[in-house]
Amino acid sequence: MPKVLDNVQIGPLNWKMKVEIPRLVAKAKAGQFVIIRVNEHGERVPMSIAGLDKKNGVLTIIYQVVGKTSALMTTVPAGGQLSDCVGPLGVPSHIENWGTACLVGGGIGIAPIYPIAQAYKEAGNKLITIIGARSKDILFYEDEHRAIADELYVCTDDGTYGHHGFVSDVLKKLLDNGVKIGMIMAIGPLPMMRVVSNLTKKYNVPTWVSLNPLMVDGTGMCGGCRVSVGGETKFACVDGPDFDGHKVDFDLLNKRLLAYKEQEKIAMNRFLKEPGCKLAESVKKFTYPG
Amino acid sequence: MIEKIDKKERMKIPRQVMPQQDPKERIHNFKEVPFGLSEEQALVEAARCLECKNQPCVAGCPVEVDIPGFIDLILQKDYAAAARKIKETNSLPAVCGRVCPQEEQCEMKCVLGKGKKGKPVAIGYLERFVADYERDNNLVELPKIAPSTGRKVAVVGSGPAGLTVAGDLVKLGHDVTIFEALHKPGGVLVYGIPEFRLPKAVVQAECDFLARMGVKFENSTIVGKMDTIDELFENGYDAIFIGTGAGLPNFMGIPGENLIGIYSANEYLTRSNLMRAFEFPDYDTPIIHGKNVAVLGGGNTAMDSVRTALRLGADNAYIVYRRSEVEMPARIEEIHHAKEEGVQFHMLTNPVKFIGDDDGKVKAMECIKMQLGEPDASGRRRPVPIKGSNFTMEVDLVVVAIGNSSNPLIQKTTPGLEVNKWGNIVVDEKTMQTSRKAVYAGGDIVTGGATVILAAGAGKIAARAMHKYLMEEVKK
Ligand SMILES: Cc1cc2nc3c(=O)[nH]c(=O)nc-3n(C[C@H](O)[C@H](O)[C@H](O)COP(=O)(O)OP(=O)(O)OC[C@H]3O[C@@H](n4cnc5c(N)ncnc54)[C@H](O)[C@@H]3O)c2cc1C
Ligand SMILES: Cc1cc2nc3c(=O)[nH]c(=O)nc-3n(C[C@H](O)[C@H](O)[C@H](O)COP(=O)(O)OP(=O)(O)OC[C@H]3O[C@@H](n4cnc5c(N)ncnc54)[C@H](O)[C@@H]3O)c2cc1C
Ligand code: FES
Repeated sequence: MPKVLDNVQIGPLNWKMKVEIPRLVAKAKAGQFVIIRVNEHGERVPMSIAGLDKKNGVLTIIYQVVGKTSALMTTVPAGGQLSDCVGPLGVPSHIENWGTACLVGGGIGIAPIYPIAQAYKEAGNKLITIIGARSKDILFYEDEHRAIADELYVCTDDGTYGHHGFVSDVLKKLLDNGVKIGMIMAIGPLPMMRVVSNLTKKYNVPTWVSLNPLMVDGTGMCGGCRVSVGGETKFACVDGPDFDGHKVDFDLLNKRLLAYKEQEKIAMNRFLKEPGCKLAESVKKFTYPG
Repeated sequence: MIEKIDKKERMKIPRQVMPQQDPKERIHNFKEVPFGLSEEQALVEAARCLECKNQPCVAGCPVEVDIPGFIDLILQKDYAAAARKIKETNSLPAVCGRVCPQEEQCEMKCVLGKGKKGKPVAIGYLERFVADYERDNNLVELPKIAPSTGRKVAVVGSGPAGLTVAGDLVKLGHDVTIFEALHKPGGVLVYGIPEFRLPKAVVQAECDFLARMGVKFENSTIVGKMDTIDELFENGYDAIFIGTGAGLPNFMGIPGENLIGIYSANEYLTRSNLMRAFEFPDYDTPIIHGKNVAVLGGGNTAMDSVRTALRLGADNAYIVYRRSEVEMPARIEEIHHAKEEGVQFHMLTNPVKFIGDDDGKVKAMECIKMQLGEPDASGRRRPVPIKGSNFTMEVDLVVVAIGNSSNPLIQKTTPGLEVNKWGNIVVDEKTMQTSRKAVYAGGDIVTGGATVILAAGAGKIAARAMHKYLMEEVKK
């Protein structure tokens, strides 16, 4: 069973987990993801690759507590184990030298764009990185991104740090100023990926987004991860997760993500009531008002 | 030992009826439906066998189990020996006794079944009886394992084909590792076929048994994503068996198919069986509980899905099938069980589109009536739509169970591996060898969706050929 080396809180709702899984790490590439199961009764949840330490065989994932399973993940101590961690899944991000490439990371999406940024950089791109979060205390990986980006822009929705506003505002300004960008990769909450895609469509800049539909197996066996791209149904786990943002039906994806709203609430509330659940207070405050 | 009675007398013994859970009760639980024969019943049933010289039943079995032989051992009350007899050619009797379509195989050929009123010997029931007896009484003996040959074998996929290959080759002294993509071994036996038809403990016992014989299991390992076939060779494997099944769900390709509440059977059954969503919230994986559930298709997968829907609380559970009942590929026993449980059959009906509400959830399905025309390639009469016969059904859950295609991962990552136009791996049927040296394949990945026993049978053939290859051509 894969060993958890480290599992620390890096923000009010965000955690960073390091998992020792050398054979997977040896094969994994930027843009791919894994599916983990915390324990025998657990769900299979997809998590993007947020870091690969090839030398030591260590995988980093950064996750946000949004429900039962992500909450449960916080309880795994350093030195503990996950039931399973399978991967690398999905098609690696397309890496090429476009001259200038722009990475846009919103919220938890700041994590998966990091290994992609490294790969873009290695391919010789000039790198413009834009990261943003709701508020200053939710931001992370700023130093990591700063170390490899040629230009880094940081923003917060509430103006508590960096530019006051959305990542798409910064991107628009760059495009309006005539900055030539060969390729954009945007990862983050669905509304953000939609806004970025709508924007770049007008400027005719090719844009990748990384889609995160609900998944079960991650091998193409169930079709639960269906998304519609350019009017065609695709299985995000094997055909993606990266797709042409200008062709994605975001509306459909948005609706499909809410398929289990009721059950998710039941599972989370039950978890929060379990004796000894240390999360209750902090999580309730952010995710379950009421 | 029961005295052998006169043949005429034997023919008067009625076929034993397997006790089963009352339909009214069982639609509220996931426990196995048939309870199995008692020892007394098994002895009576075994006594019906006429011991025909030409053994038509054996010819009807895809792996030629010595049926009269094992029935004779039942009569001698040596049930464990009877189980061992079956295992000479079929390593999964507890599974096959439950899920094989005996009515089209061994039992169809049984002389006692001839004529209008004839009822064949209940070979499947007896097979299950001896396998359960052996397991429940801890009589499963580890076979003699040959001294190590020093040859390493990789088996990709842990369905019945892979399990069979692994069992046979480990016995011969080879070092065998099974790589399985999911977190539990068993293939369709764990993720597809429901608990009420094949208890997962039975499958687990088979896997545990292989582990005791020395087979290594590497779960959560996707070949082609982790190591490719060629990398497995580089890592020291001398021969490889591919038993990856037919795991890519087909959809209808009609409008509205991506609405919430439209599942492939694979997803619906995987959530319920592998992830145990029927025990939510004790298990974390959720599943949609429909009130009016339509299952599209007429095979075993469709029957398993519709009966699962009933158990998850559906008020109305429909089978919607474009041909008529006689063309349904599902086992007769399963159709019968579904009817007993109150499943409603809409034959000669085909959906043309799905209709959703504002949240993107399916709320209705438009269908068209069909009639049977000329026979098609499969020999069955082709269903053709009746113009203007459209009507709408109210549904809040739809399960698409119209078959699977092959998952292309291994084919795409293995240069030189020949596949046919459906993406199935091409093999030499006598050896199951593929177009690649030392690479063998069998089961649904070769045949397309078929049966457990055909997959296991292919595993037997492959194991024999692989053993020969390993001993004659791999120098150690
Ligand atoms: C390819 C892929 C990569 C992902 N990478 C990451 C990652 O790096 N870090 C991370 O924190 N999360 C990531 N996710 C999302 C993550 O899998 C879900 O947040 C997680 O499954 C939620 O489980 P839960 O039980 O905690 O919440 P649930 O109770 O299941 O859900 C709570 C809320 O989260 C939403 N949600 C559930 N699943 C998803 C999902 N797949 N995508 C978006 N929202 C979802 C639900 O709509 C619901 O509103 C990824 C998803 C995919 C498909
Ligand atoms: C719902 C349902 C009900 C059925 N009912 C019956 C029945 O009553 N009677 C009957 O005889 N037959 C039945 N069948 C058919 C029968 O189950 C199959 O024919 C049989 O399981 C095929 O066996 P297999 O070994 O070829 O593959 P599978 O059982 O499909 O197993 C293949 C395994 O390989 C794994 N795999 C795939 N790709 C990879 C990879 N790249 N790396 C590692 N692992 C991989 C998969 O995860 C899977 O576990 C049913 C099928 C279904 C779906
Ligand atoms: S998650 Fe099952 S097919 Fe993609």
